[in-house]
Amino acid sequence: MSIQETSNTSSFEDKRRSGNGGKRRPSGGAGAGAGAGGRFFGRRKSCPFSGADAPKIDYKDVRLLSRFVSERGKIVPSRITAVSGKKQRELTRAIKRARFLALLPYVNDRAGV
Amino acid sequence: MPYYESIFIARQDIPSTQVEALTSQFADIVKANGGEVKKTEQWGLRNLAYRIRKNKKGHYVMFNLDAPATAVAEMERNMRLHEDILRFLTVKVDELEEGPSVMMRRDEREERGDRPSRGPRSDRAPRDSAAE
Repeated sequence: MSIQETSNTSSFEDKRRSGNGGKRRPSGGAGAGAGAGGRFFGRRKSCPFSGADAPKIDYKDVRLLSRFVSERGKIVPSRITAVSGKKQRELTRAIKRARFLALLPYVNDRAGV
Repeated sequence: MPYYESIFIARQDIPSTQVEALTSQFADIVKANGGEVKKTEQWGLRNLAYRIRKNKKGHYVMFNLDAPATAVAEMERNMRLHEDILRFLTVKVDELEEGPSVMMRRDEREERGDRPSRGPRSDRAPRDSAAE
């Protein structure tokens, strides 16, 4: 699952950069963000933090948190990871605390891309 | 009394015996103000994800506290003034975590030869790099 998310997040950042030729028509309806995100939702996963036996969001758990952070170190939006709203806020808080404690980087320039 | 988790990062240059001395010093401050240190964890010398005051590594220590806010404030005040401490963070929690925290448990699992930590995402060094 982790590898799949890697490729998804990189393609997400690429799409944003290249302007998303196919879907991005100025149709005056939804904004650019919703246009790109709507395409991804075919998978329709459930939130990885709800339900039984779900891992607890802990700012010390670097391994868990790094799954929800892109290669550059940015927090991945929940429309990609399918995290519920409440858990996404907790996750964001935990990631920011981990960044403050230098357990996670703020920016990852050395990713070598 | 409310529960807190407190983590501090000490400079990489100081020896680990001194880190332990610091730990007990802060534990005493908490006790002197009516609190209790429920658990202490030394995560050892870890690589920092970015440089803090020119240091690339730091000694991480974690406390689980059951203390009144005044004790925690006093401890934080001392941490702020101490020149060997790079960062500290105290978080109020609803309940204290029993047993070893995620960091310590992770060490066990990795030593057994499980899948190694995923390199590309973060700048962490392998856990085994303890000494300089």
